[in-house]
Formats: sequence, structure tokens, C-alpha cells
Amino acid sequence: MAEEVPVPPRGGDIVYRHRLPVRLWHWANALAVFVMLMSGLMIFNAHPHLYWGQYGANYDHSWLDITPGHLRIGPLTIPTPHLLGVQSGGRIVAFPPWVTIPSHYDLAGARQWHFAFAWVLVVPGLCFLLWGLVRRHFWRDLAPARKELTPRHLWHDVRDHARLHFPTGEAARRYNILQKIAYGTVIFVLLPGVVLTGLTMSPGMDAAWPWLPALFGGRPSARSIHFLCAMGLAAFILIHLLMVVLAGPINEVRSMITGRYRLPKEKAE
Amino acid sequence: MIRFTRRRLIGSLGAGAGGLLLSGCDRINASPTVQSLLGLGEKATFKAQRIISDRAALAPEYGASDMSPFFRTNGNRNPGTPEYEGHVANNFADWRLVVDGLVAKPLSLSLAQIRSLPRRTQITRHDCVEGWSAIGQWTGLPLGMLLKQAGLRSAARYVVFHCADLSRGVPYYESIDLIDAFHPQTILAWGMNGQTLDVGHGAPLRLRVERQLGYKQAKYVMRVEAVASLAGIGGGKGGYWEDVVGYQWYAGI
Repeated sequence: MAEEVPVPPRGGDIVYRHRLPVRLWHWANALAVFVMLMSGLMIFNAHPHLYWGQYGANYDHSWLDITPGHLRIGPLTIPTPHLLGVQSGGRIVAFPPWVTIPSHYDLAGARQWHFAFAWVLVVPGLCFLLWGLVRRHFWRDLAPARKELTPRHLWHDVRDHARLHFPTGEAARRYNILQKIAYGTVIFVLLPGVVLTGLTMSPGMDAAWPWLPALFGGRPSARSIHFLCAMGLAAFILIHLLMVVLAGPINEVRSMITGRYRLPKEKAE
Repeated sequence: MIRFTRRRLIGSLGAGAGGLLLSGCDRINASPTVQSLLGLGEKATFKAQRIISDRAALAPEYGASDMSPFFRTNGNRNPGTPEYEGHVANNFADWRLVVDGLVAKPLSLSLAQIRSLPRRTQITRHDCVEGWSAIGQWTGLPLGMLLKQAGLRSAARYVVFHCADLSRGVPYYESIDLIDAFHPQTILAWGMNGQTLDVGHGAPLRLRVERQLGYKQAKYVMRVEAVASLAGIGGGKGGYWEDVVGYQWYAGI
């Protein structure tokens, strides 16, 4: 796909920014992650405690608990009225109905959603990974250049983002370093982490692939890492959506549907 | 001005979306079409796990130092029926395990007879569907050995475990297929952590099917029945929890 651009595009120009596999995977993944997160929170509600090690049940030492109106992480107890550990349908649930699938307490139903959409997460995810490696998408678009990783450059981008100064013109054609780090973390750390720790919680998979529980140091540890990766994904989604809104939601969403993106105009400073 | 309206729009969208999503999601969840699609995922998971795992692939076994200091009980902790109380009072001396259904030679075995048969001891992890795990040591009779002794008929496809405990007035039962029934770690355990199995953990006999979740590990097993189909037993879904709340029959995940 040779792009013959005699002059570099400028602010206001429409450029082809996202290739089809990126767009297809983005939306399949968005749907899958959305369902996985919400059904996962319901599954968590069945036992709102997390442990490290090979075993972990009620009488063992947990590092995180959600109790009525409180979240405890290690020695820290945080009051969470109306947010975590709330009354719903005659019982206390760790995560409230508006973030869970199904909304009422239903472990069997949540598992059914979770394990069906796990296929939507994993199959397109593996296809995308393969495409990205073969077509060098990851090298071309996601791998940070050495100069981008200098503290000066990083600090400059962090400061610009904090002031809501986003790249414009030609610079907006490519992902900036904060995007590269965020997307790279999602694709190469959080998603593989959540899938592998998810598999580790399956007793059938632990028999088939004994290296799984060995890798994560036990099923309770895998469950903890699974939860942390999921929270990482949730945090990414929040920031990602905020950035889309701030950067111009119509242009951004259109580019992820049609691939075409209007470069933001350079500011006349 | 623009900024103000945008912010207001987002605010009201957010507030409205919560309520809309809740009722919308519940409607989607209740749809039979959606439920049957989700069921396809369940079948795919079962098939995929069976394809990638060897029939005899063992669940991880642990060392004594990995064992839970306290192995909690859950589910029914005591069947509490007069019949069961009688067995407990009598130390299960008159108790018999019945093996019947599609077998050539139905059996009725006393606890002493079962204990005198070959045994397997394993330290394994018990994984509850709710998410907790406990590691304990189990000693018992390999189920495959028992089924061979009874002579499974060729029509048999599943093994059903009928239990002494009742939940909400319904007898507990569970079932597994023949791959799991003949798995080397599938045992009818009469010993736990070096002692006689106690009432809380399923005395006198409980199933251990180590590649599946806790609700498959039927306690208080009274009768082992070989069947061709699970239809017509209990609610027809192959187990108490499967019938009552819809837990997946295949509990390998």
C-alpha cells in the first residue's frame, strides 16, 4: 500500500489513519471487553476477596476485601458508601447492579456471558496479533522510537496532555508516545495477562497446561492478577474515552469506523 | 457556550444511560435467543478443553506444605435426615453404597469393603465456582475400578451420583461423563487430610473429580448409577445446581 503523498498533509486534511484490521478488532474487542468487565464484576461478587498463593478461602489471609460499604486493600480501609458493598435485591453485593451483567446477583448467568464473550475476546485478538506481527503494524505504528523515550520528550508529552494540547497537523497522523505506551500496555500486557490468568482459574486448563498455575504462582494469585489486569483495562477505557471526547469525538469515532481522519488544524500561535 | 452544552449533554447522557442500560441489559439477558447463543460458547469451551487436554492429563498435585491450614466446608454441611443421623450414630456400619443402572453386576458395598479395595491418595486443589480455592488431601477408591468391577454396559454414557443431602427439599445429585469417570484422579474419597472423612466434608463417601469445580464434588454419595442419558434424572440437567440455578454441567472452567 504505497502512499503517494507529494506534500505532507496539513491540518484540516483527511488522511487514511486506521487500517481495516485495526478497526474490526477495535470494535470486536470493545464489545468483548465491555461484556467481560461487567460479567466479571458479577463473578467477583460471588466471593469479594482476593488472595496470593496456592490456596485462598474465607479463613485465609486476603489482601483485598469488599465488605458492606468498605473496600480494604492491605492495611488500608476505604469507606465506599453507595459505591461498593451496597444493598441490592435483599443482599449485599460488592459491585453495584449498574456495573454488572446480569444486574441482579446471578453467578451462573454471569459465567455464561463471561465464557461466551471470552471467545469474542480471544479469537479476534489472536487474529489481530497475527496480522500486526506479519504486517509489521506493531513495529511501524506502536513501537516507540528511541528519541520518544527520552525523559524530556516524555515529560513534554505528559505536560501537553495535561494542558489538553493535543498534536495537530502532520504530527497527529501518528500515535504520540503516550498513546503508544497505553496501547502497547493494553495489547501486550493487560489483554494477554487477563486471558492467561483467566485460563489459570480453570481447573480443566490447569490439568491440560500445568505451566499455567506454575507461571502465576497458584490459582488465587492468578485470580488477583486477573482482577488487577481487568482494573487496568477499565482505567484505560476511562482515559481512552475521555481523550476521544476531548480530541473531538466525531472525528475520532469516524476514523475508527471509516479509517479516515481529519488532521486537527495547526494553531496559529 | 459550546463547551457548556457539550458538558451538559454528556452529563445527561451519563445519567440516562445508567437506567437505560440496566433495563436494556436485563431484557437482552432474558432473551431465549441470547441465552442459546451463550450456550454455544459453553459448548465451544467444553469441546476446546477436551480437544487440548489428554484424557488422562492430571490436575496439579501439591505437597503437604501447600495444604490449606483450614479447609472450609460449604454447601450442605450435614444432610440431617433421620436416616443419615442413624448412619452417623452407627458409624456407617449399616450404610451401603449401591452401584446400579447400566451395569452387568449391580453392587452393594459396605464402607469396610470400599476401604479394603485399592486406594489412591492425592493432594489437590478444590476450586469453588465462587472463586475460592482450598488444598486438601483425599484418599479413596478410584471410580474407574469400581465401574469395571460392576461391568459398565456399552449403552452407558454418564455416571450419576445420588446423595443423602437435600437442598430446598430436593436431593443433591451430580453427574460426569465416562472420560472423567475413568480419569485416574477421579475417586470416591473416604479419607481427608489423613483422617476419616468427616460429616462436614461429605462422610462417608464423596466424589473427587479433580478437573472440575467444587459443585461437581458430590458429598454424601449413596448410590452410583450408570445411565445412557441425563434426561429424566432430577431436572434433567445433570446436577442439583445445574437444575436449580443453571450452573454449567461441564465445570472444567
